[in-house]
Amino acid sequence: MNPARIIVVAALLIAACLARAAEIPPAERRSGSSFMAPDSQAMQSDDTANPGMLWVLDGEKLWNGKAGTAGKACADCHQDARVSMKGIAARYPAYDKALARPVDLEQRINLCRVRHQQATPLAYESRDLLALTALVARASHGVGIETGADPQLAPFIANGRDRYLQRQGQLNLACSNCHDDNWDKLLAGAAITQGHPTGYPLYRLEWQSLGSLQRRLRACLSGIRAQPYNYGAPEMIELELYLMSRARGMPIETPAVRP
Amino acid sequence: MKHESTRRQFLGLAGSAAALGAVPLVTLRPAAATPASMTSAIRAVVGEATVRTGKVKLDVPPLVENGNTVPMTVTVSNPMTTADHVVSIHVFNEKNPQPNMGNFYLGPHAGRAQISSRIRLADSQKIVAIAKLSDGSFWSATTEVIVTLAACTDEVI
Amino acid sequence: MASALINVPKKARRGEIIEIKTLMSHIMETGYRHTAEGEVIPRDIITSFSCRYNGVEIFRADLFPAFSANPFITFFTIAQESGKFDFEWTGDKGFSDTASASIIVE
Repeated sequence: MNPARIIVVAALLIAACLARAAEIPPAERRSGSSFMAPDSQAMQSDDTANPGMLWVLDGEKLWNGKAGTAGKACADCHQDARVSMKGIAARYPAYDKALARPVDLEQRINLCRVRHQQATPLAYESRDLLALTALVARASHGVGIETGADPQLAPFIANGRDRYLQRQGQLNLACSNCHDDNWDKLLAGAAITQGHPTGYPLYRLEWQSLGSLQRRLRACLSGIRAQPYNYGAPEMIELELYLMSRARGMPIETPAVRP
Repeated sequence: MKHESTRRQFLGLAGSAAALGAVPLVTLRPAAATPASMTSAIRAVVGEATVRTGKVKLDVPPLVENGNTVPMTVTVSNPMTTADHVVSIHVFNEKNPQPNMGNFYLGPHAGRAQISSRIRLADSQKIVAIAKLSDGSFWSATTEVIVTLAACTDEVI
Repeated sequence: MASALINVPKKARRGEIIEIKTLMSHIMETGYRHTAEGEVIPRDIITSFSCRYNGVEIFRADLFPAFSANPFITFFTIAQESGKFDFEWTGDKGFSDTASASIIVE
């Protein structure tokens, strides 16, 4: 199993040198769920069997609980998340005027906590932050992604795209080598997906937990033996932004289930 | 033929090959069940009785996407009456650190002898489901499962 | 803050066989994992799950580390009378949690 995997990746490397990165035509774009086995798809589509929904339930409790020195709950300003948050996740990462740069949904939730609730920001990948993000993103379930329409985001999307196309790490692979040029081919027994972040935060069977897109990107970078970007780093947000804009039009599936 | 090394060992080897000084990976291999320990775990449930093949259907995807969460359904064809019903279902494996996976206790009020769950499989291996009927007989089904590896794991503790 | 997701039909006909699905939030730490320093992470799993239907136990399960995290268990029962299903999960480190669901049987 081990040498075979290294050979497959090396072969991909060689093949990738010969191929040029080509964007996936819109008509051929497929969500990661379409690459999964029927059992995994069933796990995602049944709300009472989808483990990600446990975090959405937790998120509802947190949404209604008072926080910070201001003693306000999210619900005090935003009422029912299912209504007020609809469409929000579908256009994130979004531009924040005060910071003059894009922020992702997790950062937006923390900014709200700091600015409006006078509460401390929640740690990345903490259960509470994942639960709130899952609740907010779930409200956009079925909504088509619109991220990147804002012209202020253009330079950041360009940075993210450069990063996506740039070879890096010990295996000298760019994201595009696998996810644009070789999707649907098998790597160590599993199909390579197109890498669209339509279902985040999602329940990854490998993690046996809900996790964010940032966590998954760090795993991707470890996978090609590159230095993973830190949580919240500008490079991370720009890559997230590019990936979401690349998925424009595809519906949000949060909380998705992935192998 | 032999898939001796677990995926954690593979990552350990690859990690030490990469001079990145990335996350230190541990290559300790947990104790594994063996066919012998599975047999004695089964004996602990059935005693000296013979286990017959049949009546039990063990549904596990033949090619598993991730060994951490494998959907499993066990169905026993049985009328589920007071006179004739499934008392319990027991599931065993060959290569996880422990041979037992789960025991499920039913009765005539169940109506249908079928349970579903999600299990962990450390490696490609055989799984055995044994049903105990109200007349004291034992029936079994066996399935071979192939476990593949998820792409790009982060091994974070 | 453990959450549980329960799926029980709200209504059923008397004598109908219904499926009950349960999903409980729990890490199910196997006791076989190690930290980067080589220390064993101690076992922390749910060991037992039971369901009572109007006070009578109709289903029970013994769970081992081989159960995936966030244990998902489904089973069947005959809808006899209107009332309540009480679910209980117990496990290591004194873990104990309950949930319930009502049913109308006509």
